[in-house]
Amino acid sequence: MNENVLLSIENLHVSFYTLRGVVRAVRGLNLQIRTGETVALVGESGCGKSVSAHAVTGLLPVPPAKIEEGKIFFDGQDVLQFNEKQMRGLRGVRVGMIFQEPMTSLNPVFKIGDQIADVFRVHHRIGKQKAFQMAVDLLDKVKIPEPERRAREYPFQLSGGMRQRAMIAMALASPKPGLIIADEPTTALDVTIQAQILHLLKELQKDIGVAVLLITHDMGVVAQVADRATVMYAGRAVEQGTVEEVFSDYRHPYTHGLLHSLPGNPEYRGAKRLIAIPGTVPDLRSLGNECPFANRCSHVKDRCWHEFPEETTLTAEHRFWCWYPTNLKAEDAHER
Amino acid sequence: MARYILQRLLLLIPTLLGVLTIVFFMTALSPGDPARVMLGERANAQQLEQLREDLGLNKPLGEQYLIYLKRTLRLDFGRSIRTGRSVMEEIREHFPATIELALVSMFLATFFGIVIGVLSAVKQNTWLDYSAMIGALTGVSMPVFWLGLVLIMIFSVGLGWFPTGGRMEVRLFFEPITRFYLLDSLIILIRDGDPAYLKSSLQHIILPAVALGTIPIAIIARTTRSSMLETLRQDYVKTARAAGIHERRVIFRYALKNALLPVVTVIGLQFGLLLAGAILTETIFAWPGIGRWIYSAITARDYPAVQAGVIIVSAFFVGINVVVDILYSVINPKIRLR
Amino acid sequence: MTADSSERQNNNETIQEPSPLRETWLRLLKNKAAVAGLIIITLFLLLAIFAPLVSPHDPIAQDIEFRKSPPFTRGYILGTDELGRDILSRLIYGARLSMTIGVISVGIAMIGGVAVGTISGYYGGWFDKIVMRIIDIMLAFPYVLLTIVIVAVLGPNLTNAMIAIGISQMPRYVRLVRASVLAEKESDYILAERSIGTGDFELMFGSILPNSLAPIIVQSTLGVGEAILSSAALSFLGLGAQPPIPEWGLMIASSREFVTNAWWIVTFPGLATLLAVLGFNLFGDGLRDVLDPRLKE
Repeated sequence: MNENVLLSIENLHVSFYTLRGVVRAVRGLNLQIRTGETVALVGESGCGKSVSAHAVTGLLPVPPAKIEEGKIFFDGQDVLQFNEKQMRGLRGVRVGMIFQEPMTSLNPVFKIGDQIADVFRVHHRIGKQKAFQMAVDLLDKVKIPEPERRAREYPFQLSGGMRQRAMIAMALASPKPGLIIADEPTTALDVTIQAQILHLLKELQKDIGVAVLLITHDMGVVAQVADRATVMYAGRAVEQGTVEEVFSDYRHPYTHGLLHSLPGNPEYRGAKRLIAIPGTVPDLRSLGNECPFANRCSHVKDRCWHEFPEETTLTAEHRFWCWYPTNLKAEDAHER
Repeated sequence: MARYILQRLLLLIPTLLGVLTIVFFMTALSPGDPARVMLGERANAQQLEQLREDLGLNKPLGEQYLIYLKRTLRLDFGRSIRTGRSVMEEIREHFPATIELALVSMFLATFFGIVIGVLSAVKQNTWLDYSAMIGALTGVSMPVFWLGLVLIMIFSVGLGWFPTGGRMEVRLFFEPITRFYLLDSLIILIRDGDPAYLKSSLQHIILPAVALGTIPIAIIARTTRSSMLETLRQDYVKTARAAGIHERRVIFRYALKNALLPVVTVIGLQFGLLLAGAILTETIFAWPGIGRWIYSAITARDYPAVQAGVIIVSAFFVGINVVVDILYSVINPKIRLR
Repeated sequence: MTADSSERQNNNETIQEPSPLRETWLRLLKNKAAVAGLIIITLFLLLAIFAPLVSPHDPIAQDIEFRKSPPFTRGYILGTDELGRDILSRLIYGARLSMTIGVISVGIAMIGGVAVGTISGYYGGWFDKIVMRIIDIMLAFPYVLLTIVIVAVLGPNLTNAMIAIGISQMPRYVRLVRASVLAEKESDYILAERSIGTGDFELMFGSILPNSLAPIIVQSTLGVGEAILSSAALSFLGLGAQPPIPEWGLMIASSREFVTNAWWIVTFPGLATLLAVLGFNLFGDGLRDVLDPRLKE
């Protein structure tokens, strides 16, 4: 395995045991993140992308969630074998998280600075004032103007964009941050702020050298910041590759659909439902070994209903899972 | 903020004026002749007429009302028909007993209510949660006066641990200092080194405080639980967990501080209700408080006393509600800094 | 301050589409607390209705020879009181009284509160202002004190106790109904009905009111429990039922002197009260869970 692989998810299976049946949320996900790169996990809500991220930080509610199979290595250590204490040493120290709703993700009754300082203090023996000063420095780093004053304010006194910056600062509140998991970090923000936040993430990544696992449904966001992308559908990875490969040489019909649900039209931005692909996501409780996309796919043939496609590898990074893939280059040639 | 407080206080005025008005007309229109009650059955017509004249009962109702308003605003409630003493003086004697009892009850209820509520929420859907919530619902449904009797039957008569009533053993006579016996007996302990008073006053207050605290404890536990469940679902709790903060700290620092905001309101409301609800408990435990005093005034048709008691208790009730509203806005940064 | 929270709640509940009765019923049956409450209520109702058939003795007949007999003496299952009356029979007849008192008190509160609240919310204006002021003033009296004072003014008997409880509970219905009328009256379907000339009265009670039924039902279920408790308390203080009526609160009051030597006289009337009130609270809580969309999955 590559030396500088920071996070490696191998054959992850996660199920939720609910009263209405077993929801198989993630089925056999493989994903690697190297130090300092940005990897996007793309898909509609409910495709298992957030569940996979939560599995990394041990934040899945167990029960009803259960990790059925698979391994997760962080810095070469098997995270799934960690006890609660080791897990806390990972969360907040090496892995920080940013959530979708900056409005509700910060505690309303504590000052911003205190919340960030608290994260420092939980993991390191430092005094209150020192921690607060470090929090102010971090707020400065995420480009919040007047960080001294803002640190003494409550979340509701900040704008949405600033709150998301504060969240990012909180995720970085550690002397040696390694990975930031950003779960739809810009979905709740308007377009200009969205661009600013993405820019900030990119910049921080260069400065500090953290890796980012970006969870999103928005291919536009992926194009702006990610190095590589994994497209997920109904608990399975369906296509994986560098951003260039996924965008310009995609093979899976679902990737095709995702890309075409995002015409330059700003109206489609942030829309959670796919407009271009007819039909709905199948019930995760009743899935067998068929290709889960079969019911919405225009290429569907008999085989798709019986067998999940084998992995097809195109390049070192690019692979997909489809029996009847789209082939842009071949089509181009054919049309000519 | 200052404006908000001022506004709340100003709103008190019409409400209290309304209370005074209702109390006046209720007593004025109630059956029975106060003069007759005061003088007894044997009084002759001339005596009755004389007394009515003295009390101003012969004047037109409107004029009586204005006189009543003027006097009440000076806190002059006249003299008790039963004892002939100043009503205000009697209230000053009895009210501290009720406040003391209500404070101890609320202290118990707040502490245990919050602990039970938090545990229930954290252990949601376990046997602990279920039994706590069935217990709480039983508490809400409790005929408190009966609970008082049962407590006396078990702990006073059966086990002999606590006295059956009163505030202090009769043989321990002392000159009240603050009229809050717990405080008084603490002063005596410090001044004279005699622990007997404190021990006795504690023994006397426990059973009534438990009986009176039953409903508040149940309501506080239920409110805390649902508020805590709501809070634990919030994103910022997830954020705190994701930051690697210890679960215990997440619950008791990050979640609880938010969850307690609505509980504060409930605590205040319950405290206000206890002042009046104490009527039953005080009757059972022969606790010489304002509730029992109002009750005996009602049965004796002692109008000045009834009027004064109802007005004072209601004023406190409304006042506490306003204080709680203000307190709520102070502890909630969202309102404080607006 | 409580007004805010209850109004918010009402709005939520009225926004909800009225679910078909059957669906509500089925969901209610899944709620264990509600079912337990329903069973308790049904039991007490049956006892109340068939009191003469099921009570083993005459509730006021005195058996001088067997005064203060402990339970299971000579067919007195729960024992006898100080006058040798069968406690079980008195409790069964007491159920009759308590159920009636609960329903009538809540009926008074509900009919009065709904009428005033609907008109007040619908027409607004000076009438609404005056009503809200009066409600504020009524809520300035602690509930217990208010009932006691009203009974004191009207005179201590069972009828007046019911009136007092009814009046004391009225403000909550007024607020609840008014809030949902306010939320509803500007809605599209009301405007549409008004445009085709439907009269005010029919709009108020035929169209708007049915939409606030859910919270009213919840409130009145809980209200019956509270009314039973209040009437027992009033009787306990001598301001409600008068001897020899077998009212639960009165039975508890007259048991006071027996705490030293006859536990059964003290215990059973209170247990009966507790159980009946618990039944209504369980059922009311369950109803709220089922009818309140905020708690739905």
